[in-house]
Amino acid sequence: MAAVEIRDLHKHFEGHRAVDGVDLSVEDGEFVVLLGPSGCGKTTLLRTIAGLEEPTSGEIRLGGRVLSRDVPPRARKIAMMFQSYALYPHRTVFGNIAFPLKALHTPRDEIEEKVRWAVRMFDIERYLDRYPRHLSGGERQRVALCRAVVREPQAFLLDEPLSNLDAKQRTTARDELKRFQEDVGITTVYVTHDQVEAMGLGDRIAVMNAGKVHQFGTPAEVYEHPADIFVATFIGLPPMNLLESIEALAPAGMLVGFRPEHFLPRSAFGEDEDVTTFRYHVRRVEYLGSERYLYGSLDAHEDPEKPIIARLPAMLRLEVEADRTHEFAVHSGQLRYFDEESGQRRDPPGAARGRADA
Amino acid sequence: MRLPFGPIELPPRETFADRESLLAKVMLAPAVLYVAVLVGIPFVLAILLSFSNARAGSLSFSWVGLSNYAAVLSDPTFRRALLNTVIVTVAVQVLVVILATAAAMVFRAAFVGKRIMRFFLLLPWAVPITLAVMAWTWIFDSTFSVVNWTLKVAGLLHGWLYWLGSPTLGLIAIIIVQVWRLFPFATVIVLAGMTSIPQDVVEAAIMDGAGFWRRLFQIELPFLLPVVTVAVLFGIVYTATNMSVVYLLTGGGPADSTHVLPTLAFQRGIEGLDLGQGAAIALFLLPFLLVAAIGMLRIARRSEMGSP
Repeated sequence: MAAVEIRDLHKHFEGHRAVDGVDLSVEDGEFVVLLGPSGCGKTTLLRTIAGLEEPTSGEIRLGGRVLSRDVPPRARKIAMMFQSYALYPHRTVFGNIAFPLKALHTPRDEIEEKVRWAVRMFDIERYLDRYPRHLSGGERQRVALCRAVVREPQAFLLDEPLSNLDAKQRTTARDELKRFQEDVGITTVYVTHDQVEAMGLGDRIAVMNAGKVHQFGTPAEVYEHPADIFVATFIGLPPMNLLESIEALAPAGMLVGFRPEHFLPRSAFGEDEDVTTFRYHVRRVEYLGSERYLYGSLDAHEDPEKPIIARLPAMLRLEVEADRTHEFAVHSGQLRYFDEESGQRRDPPGAARGRADA
Repeated sequence: MRLPFGPIELPPRETFADRESLLAKVMLAPAVLYVAVLVGIPFVLAILLSFSNARAGSLSFSWVGLSNYAAVLSDPTFRRALLNTVIVTVAVQVLVVILATAAAMVFRAAFVGKRIMRFFLLLPWAVPITLAVMAWTWIFDSTFSVVNWTLKVAGLLHGWLYWLGSPTLGLIAIIIVQVWRLFPFATVIVLAGMTSIPQDVVEAAIMDGAGFWRRLFQIELPFLLPVVTVAVLFGIVYTATNMSVVYLLTGGGPADSTHVLPTLAFQRGIEGLDLGQGAAIALFLLPFLLVAAIGMLRIARRSEMGSP
């Protein structure tokens, strides 16, 4: 086990900055998720840690040792799991799991022992003689995990491992993965574009876009205190509502944001609570069973392209009709402020609290 | 709201193109005709001729049963030719597979001048055989052999090699020319096969600590096996049935020691006018070709079913 330290890492492809100055320190035994839209450089960053790509500049350390370009992948003590699992199709499950050990010239009885230990941990002993094409997606993932773990790596890299599974399998596979990581306590870097996976798995999440890390923090930090507009709108489903400067709320050049689930009818709050109220014109109500999504606009903010969305839990039995204007409110403490120009988060302006539509 | 367009008018009745069973027969007919007239009839004719004492230039013949086969089997020249065919065919395939895999690995890498090199690679395959073999007879010439002179200058050769004047060297010369002629085609096939190797599986092997040779033999070659098999089967057919290289290079000599089945069949049947014996000799190629054809059909069927 070891910590991973990344210092000012760049990886450029013919002028395209895939990774553009990333600093990241993953602590020993930590589960870190790299989250971002496709093409944001998260996979390139992972492949550079693995040694499959050479960095243009910058430094990667694993357990204090610098992984320079003359440390080939096989000397890095890093295991990697690929999106497709990349099992060897003409080898049995046993052959797949034993492959990295054979490459290390491990004695035969030790190979046997380690493979047995791994398959017992993942409960796939009965598949040892099968070929990968005869296994289901979840079983393949377990074989890939076994193959990664028998080498006893210091760090474990995963590249969107759950994206080939269907929605139901994904939930169980996620649980399995997390339990496994906690059991062996291995330092893990996990790449995904799925924020649910990221929130559910990560001890910390690095939100990436255009080759840069926008925020690196715990799921709660990233969700509740997004560092900038990108993080605020990328994380959360539906994304955070953003209003262009409303004088009553913030000085010009600032954006105000709040999450759809914090935007509720005024009557859902107590009389003496510190809330900011809005006149909210509801255009459409979407009934989703466990919750309702409302799409509409504010008097102070009319933009049909970007509706203001409210997310009402099923518990809230209040009747909300479409094509009517209602009084909605947000806890003042749940308002987030961003600089319009740089997109960076700003401290809340102390004075500007009260009624926005006054 | 109403949609701005009305429903689509369907064509009134079926046309010829809708009648698929008839269409299939019509479209297959030329191919069936071609195979029957230009492959089937000559093949049956060859079998019939091998049981006759037919001679070229005469229309009368009588059936002689298996006597052509008996004569051929007791003939040491024929047995030598059969052995030569096996030796050349096998040796050429082994060398071609090794060379083509190596060449394909080179051509997979990116390097300056790759396009022009690929053009040169394909030249031997595109050059007419007669022209190429003329060049090779000069390369192997007893006086002017560029191979010998090069070896001499390099200090590797002390005597003198009479390439086309000795049975062993003659056979080696034939193998060299056949390999030279076939390996570009095989390289192209293997190169195409390499694109089918999933990159992430190779990278998984890199991460698992496998070095170059382990990756080549345990990961990449198994993926290439079906393609290489196709190349080998094509190669068997090309080499075993090829007459021109041997005919032009050694003419079967010295003393009939480098004949292969096609040249011997041509010599006996056409030049020696004994059609019956020529046909019998040529039919000994059948086992080679049958093995290759069955192999190809099996691979074709397996790839149709889509499971490796």
